[in-house]
Amino acid sequence: MKKTIITVVGKDTVGIIAKVCTYLAENNVNILDISQTIVQGFFNMMMVTDATQSPKSSAQIAEELEKVGEEIGVSIRCQHEDIFNMMHRV
Amino acid sequence: MINIFEVSETNQMITQENLDVRTITLGISLLDCITDDLKTLNENIYRKITAVAKDLVPTGMEIEREYGIPIVNKRISVTPIALVGGSACKSSEDFVTIARTLDAAAKEVGVNFLGGYSALVSKGMTKADEYLIRSIPQALAETERVCSSVNVGSTKCGIDMDAVRLLGEMILQTADLTKEQDSLGCAKLVVFCNAPDDNPFMAGAFHGVTEGDAVINVGVSGPGVVKHALEQVRGADFETLCETIKKTAFKVTRVGQLVAQEASRRLGIPFGIIDLSLAPTPAIGDSVADILCEIGLEHSGAPGTTAALALLNDQVKKGGVMASSYVGGLSGAFIPVSEDQGMIDAVQAGALTLEKLEAMTCVCSVGLDMIAIPGSTSASTISGIIADEMAIGMVNQKTTAVRIIPVIGKEVGDMVEFGGLLGYAPIMPVNSFSCEAFISRTGRIPAPIHSFKN
Repeated sequence: MKKTIITVVGKDTVGIIAKVCTYLAENNVNILDISQTIVQGFFNMMMVTDATQSPKSSAQIAEELEKVGEEIGVSIRCQHEDIFNMMHRV
Repeated sequence: MINIFEVSETNQMITQENLDVRTITLGISLLDCITDDLKTLNENIYRKITAVAKDLVPTGMEIEREYGIPIVNKRISVTPIALVGGSACKSSEDFVTIARTLDAAAKEVGVNFLGGYSALVSKGMTKADEYLIRSIPQALAETERVCSSVNVGSTKCGIDMDAVRLLGEMILQTADLTKEQDSLGCAKLVVFCNAPDDNPFMAGAFHGVTEGDAVINVGVSGPGVVKHALEQVRGADFETLCETIKKTAFKVTRVGQLVAQEASRRLGIPFGIIDLSLAPTPAIGDSVADILCEIGLEHSGAPGTTAALALLNDQVKKGGVMASSYVGGLSGAFIPVSEDQGMIDAVQAGALTLEKLEAMTCVCSVGLDMIAIPGSTSASTISGIIADEMAIGMVNQKTTAVRIIPVIGKEVGDMVEFGGLLGYAPIMPVNSFSCEAFISRTGRIPAPIHSFKN
């Protein structure tokens, strides 16, 4: 199974995780792992998800999540895990 | 499993340090299009390119979205047209019709450049080679996306000085025919020594005759990423400096490898090579010259520049080689003056001259690239500059290239604006002493001796 990594970066505010999770639930994307940290004063969240059961394509999910991010003032990126595996694992 | 710090490191490279894949270049062989009828030849070429490359741009965009990595250019390289048109073209005008066909095909599939309007004449020119070279000014003036290159020398064959002389004249003619656009035509013409068959970067890309029917070559980029990494080790010793560059180059190249593999799989076309060059753009923070400054120079061009560049490029290769299954192309430092803000600044500060740029090409730079000179420069002087650069490549067994732009109507101190990725440049002074009698000699410079290397 190929995983999709969703990252959220921005100013911390109420309801960021709720918004993102609601979208994922509505679109049948399963969350496998969540981690969160504050880097240089910015809210930083990473979700490892399985989007294979979603009726939407990964490109569509990426686009819609970007819009969700715009609404709450954070930047949301949705990427295939391989770009990180390639770069950080030999 | 991947952790949050690794993920944010990658995303910072992409969003803040201009990490991108500079180009996916699809090489297409046109050898099977050859026929002696010009009209049929043009139809064959158009049909083959539009068929093989029809999915290139959409596939590139799909990969871009899925992995969240920008792929700046999708391009095509083809078999040198002097070979393809040799049988059908009886004049330079005939070759220009092929240039128009290539331009139309490039527009149809949506690529921004198509390279391969080329001739390989390191030992001598056939009639067709000469027709093609003489057609370059008109071909580049009439088309928008076609790029041209001529290989005039090699370590094994020497330098064809007849071609060097002719190209000096053709470069001036190209400048003249495109003078309304600041002689932009010359930005699409490269003169090579030891040109590689699998270079993905424009304007010098062509699909060599040693290649298969179609191949995917990828060029990566990431000067901003290297610079950022070096900011973290300011004042450290050379060992730390080199290790940092190597590790960063590994990461950058891995992204190229991933994109190349995916593009190859999705298009059903074999993966050729990754080109390990650090390619700059005029964007702030995407400059190779800035890396040299970060290594410790006030401006590129200062004493120490050649050594710093040699170090930089060697480490980029050492890191990159392990990151990719196949490495090739130019794999050198690109220091195009107009396309690198740090280089432009260095020229304007008076730190960087044509002669220093030439010295930099001895260690790893690919050549005199995107250098604007006065439009009043004579053809023989341009040929002299080309001959010098070709000699460096020939003797040092490396690729060297010249992409020089005599800007008609402009003199030293003026600025010239090419736009987009080609950037802008100050006109640089050229040594004003004549080499007319040298360039007027006919024939070729013999290949250098390959032993007694002291």
